[in-house]
Amino acid sequence: MAKIHVTATINGEEAEFLCEPQQTMLDVLRDELSLTGSKEGCGSGDCGACSIIVDGRLVCSCLMFGAEAAGTDIMTIEGMAQGEKLHPLQQKFLEHAALQCGFCTPGVLVASKALLDRHPNPTEEQARYWLAGNLCRCTGYDKIIEALMDAAAEMRGE
Amino acid sequence: MLGATGARPLSGGTDLIVQLKSGRNRPNAIVDLKKIPGMIGIEAYKGGFKIGASTAGAQLGENAALVKAYPGVVEGAELIGSTQVQGRASLAGNLCNASPAADSVPCLAAAGAIAVVVGPDGEREVLVEKIPVSPGKTSLKAGEFIKAFILPERPAHASDAYLRFIPRTEMDIAVVGAGVNIVTDGAGTITAATVWLGAVAPTIVQVDASCLVGTKLDDAALAKLDAAAQAVCKPIDDKRGTIEYRTKVAGVLARRAAAIALKRAGER
Repeated sequence: MAKIHVTATINGEEAEFLCEPQQTMLDVLRDELSLTGSKEGCGSGDCGACSIIVDGRLVCSCLMFGAEAAGTDIMTIEGMAQGEKLHPLQQKFLEHAALQCGFCTPGVLVASKALLDRHPNPTEEQARYWLAGNLCRCTGYDKIIEALMDAAAEMRGE
Repeated sequence: MLGATGARPLSGGTDLIVQLKSGRNRPNAIVDLKKIPGMIGIEAYKGGFKIGASTAGAQLGENAALVKAYPGVVEGAELIGSTQVQGRASLAGNLCNASPAADSVPCLAAAGAIAVVVGPDGEREVLVEKIPVSPGKTSLKAGEFIKAFILPERPAHASDAYLRFIPRTEMDIAVVGAGVNIVTDGAGTITAATVWLGAVAPTIVQVDASCLVGTKLDDAALAKLDAAAQAVCKPIDDKRGTIEYRTKVAGVLARRAAAIALKRAGER
């Protein structure tokens, strides 16, 4: 079957790609666009390692077809830092050592950003429920939450 | 296009794409419905609501008028999966995946929701509970799909609630789910009640809730509801719960959801 031609905005820039109808957005990001920050953990929407933001909504890129990206505005982990300057969430994750092996970290960071975009002042409970779809096999959840809450406070200017 | 043999409609894809990967579903074509006008969005309709079939769960929770009128419908939909899944998963997908444990379905049925079905022969309106016929199977004919859901106008002093039991706090499949819709006279006496259970039979099942009408949900009425709920359960025995356990929990959840729905009805 013919490949599908897709144009979308990815991390603020116009992107163009060809994909197979059955290719997921995660496959497109990693294999066609060489954006390998988004990880494949489970491939079934359970682990959140492939989280991206599509038109302002947090989604698992493994549960979306590449063809569905047509005309959308997408943010991946590669779009989080501004050049050399880390996003406050990334900086706080480093300071709090909120990662061990790091495989879940891109998804956790994107999901955390999606939370703070909508709720700049979340409660800890709200943050934990929001991140329930991001699994960390190294079990670093407490540090993740500490770093998130700290980054949120800093971003609010506290 | 959907009439073609083996074509499948796509909304959020949170079930369909997983089934493609596992090989459980092998369609010849996938038709994305989301860009068809009306498939996404919530509008006022005949005093109630019309909800585009592909509207994502998160969008339901962001609609203040819908949350106020049908908090149970919204809480059922919002219990499906993670934040990521909520960004895509739709009511039509949850219904047409036809899992008996689908969290959004008991309260939709209790609310008297109607599915607007379109296909080669035009449009027809079907009660939500008539769509799933057995696990994984629906009554939709080849080429048909759901375009929208209609929630009827809410009378004053009426509300709903959905409760499910899972062994953890998030991201799990219902062992039992209970959706209750209650209308009162404004002084706390129930004038109409509809109760549906999920995950205790091959499809959702209705509980005879006539025992609640004319009561203020006193202990005797609650005991009758508990017994009526247990009476309709035909659950399976599996690692998630035994037949006895599911049946017992169904009664408990029906009682608790009824109490929440009544309290909410009093606050409207």
